[in-house]
Amino acid sequence: MTPLTETGSLGSSGALVAAILIGFAFGWFLERGGLGSAPKLAGQFYVTDLTVFKVMFSALVTAMLGAFWLDRLGVLRLDLVYLPETFVVPQALGGVLFGADFLVAGLCPGTSCVAAAAGRRDGLGVMIGMLIGVWLFNLTFDRIASMYSATPLGAVRLTDLAGVTPGVGVAVVTALALAGFAVANRIERRRA
Amino acid sequence: MNRTPRPYIDPYLAGIGIGVVLLAAYVVVGQGLGASGAFASVVASGTAVVQGATRAAASPAVAPYLPHGIASPLQDWLVFELAGVMLGGFTSAWLAGRLRRDVERGSGVGVRQRMSAAVGGGALMGVGAKFARGCTSGQALSGGALLSVGSWIFIASCFAAGYVLAPAARRLWR
Repeated sequence: MTPLTETGSLGSSGALVAAILIGFAFGWFLERGGLGSAPKLAGQFYVTDLTVFKVMFSALVTAMLGAFWLDRLGVLRLDLVYLPETFVVPQALGGVLFGADFLVAGLCPGTSCVAAAAGRRDGLGVMIGMLIGVWLFNLTFDRIASMYSATPLGAVRLTDLAGVTPGVGVAVVTALALAGFAVANRIERRRA
Repeated sequence: MNRTPRPYIDPYLAGIGIGVVLLAAYVVVGQGLGASGAFASVVASGTAVVQGATRAAASPAVAPYLPHGIASPLQDWLVFELAGVMLGGFTSAWLAGRLRRDVERGSGVGVRQRMSAAVGGGALMGVGAKFARGCTSGQALSGGALLSVGSWIFIASCFAAGYVLAPAARRLWR
């Protein structure tokens, strides 16, 4: 039964070793797919390069289906996997700020590390910016704390909100992603 | 080093690879991937070094990242994971002949402008990630695959803002 750390099969130092291996594989696939290149990522917003969409949603659907079926098969207890809490307004505003500056920076936090590791100084610049931003957030936290913790919904899934079973939710998201991939491929064929 | 870099792999293949890695994270450690949290951990530790651990831990924004005092990043899963990301990214770029000291940018901007945009954009992105409780990795991917409501709010608002503002930022990426 898994998660291994939750069922006591893996201790904290074992988890740190796993962290490096898992991170290595994550960074490897990000770089292999071209996600360490800022102009390529920015192309998503100009519909000239749809790599970000394709990588992100194929990863999301793969993990979603895997987690759903491993839970069904009794291998993984999905209720023990950490589900982030929802805060509607701060997450919507945070998303707007993040999306706008992903466009300006050309890299997100994870891909900035890949870019920097491959020698791109702009990647290092984004990493330094991230540190500054988090520091500024901490510095002004007293004044923004009420906004930060506004509109809490707790740890909640789309399927809870819609009142449907997890199976229906997984099927709908998979269907939408496949439709999105078809549209993305058609856009690229038209441009070619 | 190769003169001509090898081409990137198919994006769907890269995505499936990342999806399997994310699934492995769920199975092994019961949590998803992340990036911005590691930055928060490093900043908290830096604050503790400058201000002293007691004063730093008095801030409710910093305290959660200091469960083991100043040395907390050395026991933080996300910090190790992100170190792994850099190692993996380096190794992949090296083997593909893509290691290059360079500043990647649109043809319409100089190095200084690009670096300012990277640092400034990175800073505001850091603030955004704090409000969102995660970034593209921790929130969009890891929470999104669990169908977390907040993750999908983040995905929608993030893409919407990017597309709405893209024409205004055209000069950066032309």
